[in-house]
Amino acid sequence: MKLGYYPGCTLKTKAKNLEDSALASLEVLGIEATELERWNCCGAVYSLADDDLIHIVAPVRDLIRAQQQGYDTVITLCSMCYNTLARANELMKNDEEKRNTLNDFMDEEPDYFGDVKVVHFLNFLEDEVGWDKVKEAVKVPLNGLKVAPYYGCTLLRPKEVGIDHPDNPVMFHKFLNALGAEAVDFDSATECCSAYQSLAHPDIALKVSYDILQDATNKGADALALACPLCDYNLGRKQGKMLEMFESANEVPIYYFTHLMAVAFGVPIDRNHFELNRESSVELLKLKNLLSEVPA
Amino acid sequence: MSKRPSVGSTGEDQIFRRPSAGGAAEAPVEEIEVRMIPIYIMGKRYEVPETLTIMKAMEYAGFQYIRGCGCRGGVCGACATVYRKPGDYKIYTGLACQTVVEPEMYLTQLPFYPANRAIYEFNELTGKPEEVHALYPELFRCVACNACSKVCPMDVEVMDYIAAVKRGDLKAASEISFDCIQCGLCASRCMGELPQYHIGQLVRRINGAYLTPRAEHLATMVANIEAGRYKECLDKVKGLDADTLRNIYQERELEPAVAGEDWTPKSNECL
Repeated sequence: MKLGYYPGCTLKTKAKNLEDSALASLEVLGIEATELERWNCCGAVYSLADDDLIHIVAPVRDLIRAQQQGYDTVITLCSMCYNTLARANELMKNDEEKRNTLNDFMDEEPDYFGDVKVVHFLNFLEDEVGWDKVKEAVKVPLNGLKVAPYYGCTLLRPKEVGIDHPDNPVMFHKFLNALGAEAVDFDSATECCSAYQSLAHPDIALKVSYDILQDATNKGADALALACPLCDYNLGRKQGKMLEMFESANEVPIYYFTHLMAVAFGVPIDRNHFELNRESSVELLKLKNLLSEVPA
Repeated sequence: MSKRPSVGSTGEDQIFRRPSAGGAAEAPVEEIEVRMIPIYIMGKRYEVPETLTIMKAMEYAGFQYIRGCGCRGGVCGACATVYRKPGDYKIYTGLACQTVVEPEMYLTQLPFYPANRAIYEFNELTGKPEEVHALYPELFRCVACNACSKVCPMDVEVMDYIAAVKRGDLKAASEISFDCIQCGLCASRCMGELPQYHIGQLVRRINGAYLTPRAEHLATMVANIEAGRYKECLDKVKGLDADTLRNIYQERELEPAVAGEDWTPKSNECL
């Protein structure tokens, strides 16, 4: 397998914490994933209109780039990039008519038939690395840390590209357990964070996000882990606003799943870019003595 | 189009006379046999010598560039031209001053394409990608259709530098867009209505001012000059008579045309 890494735009700026903590963890696991030399925005949202092919051009072009650069597998971290790339790939694999239209339109590129495999980081850990190997790499087990694994929408739906069962996923749980943390079940794990509604209907969106966090803490979670910069925006960065809006709101530390892996692997803390999180993320780790144990 | 006389039919050939560089008094007029080919300028057919650039062919056909012909040297972007060829759906582009005519081409020059340039106080920028995103929010309308790159007469990968700006890599965007001559053809083809060439210009300015490390040795050098490092040399030169000065100039050591990186002059007395 020749593994190419597709970062996505947000991971280069606002979600640098997701990218760097993941790359640091991959280094610990001894896995080489080279960033594609040439890539463009994935399109961010997979169009729901069946005949809206122009919005499939961007992800397909990325997959063509991956193939041109000799990669047979593309690994992604951002849930939305994963979803968009994986769905575009499915379309190119299975829908001959649309594939022909797209290949004809992109006449400056080689034809593409969906041959590159698109995998999410969590899939990769389960299928290619294995949870045992993840466990072996843990230097600072996250003992006593109760984390609500939040999947959101785009990791699971539609089921053709979902990394796990759309309603009863367990992969995130296995991931947390491998790191020594306790995965806390909660009903909202597969609910939508409110996505882009936070722009059009910010008040309604805030309530949706607040309910998710409430659900997690009611079930006993100390923190919530997620895999998507947009979920992080709604569930993490908006917490200041939430605390103003809702009397019963409490601060809930938010982590990218890769943060927790990097902490458990003993990666130097600066690779986590916690400055992009609310302060509670670092505070909880200190409180649980998970940062102090990191070997120098 | 197919009923037009085929290119190269001998009956169509004409002689295009060009005076030789020396002028009539010094040398006889040089006669060059040049084939005439049909081209279509804004839909009208003209027979032009096949060796001309599009710009010269237009002048040959009777168009006059009163102003706005640009630099005629392929660097100013004022003579961007769009053309098509028979039996081919593709859009072709080139600079009129650089592109040689082709038989049966349909062309029009597009000296300018409107694209709004954002107003900014450059000194108030700090070089953060978000500043560019805020000045040109239409960036995010790009769907990666690549029409901009395909139309670029300078072969700039326009879509790639727009992609780099979107992900905040202004340095890469600056480097990819470096050959842009601001002709505006990218903007003419963009389905997202982006003013690519203005965005490229902004990121190159930002790269030069904020992202590229300052040349620290420059300040040292300026301080040295101000402290009088070259005063003695200059005074000496200023005191020389014209003949001596001319001799020194003519006998000065020149850097060889193909000098290595480590080349240094024999005397560094005044360096």
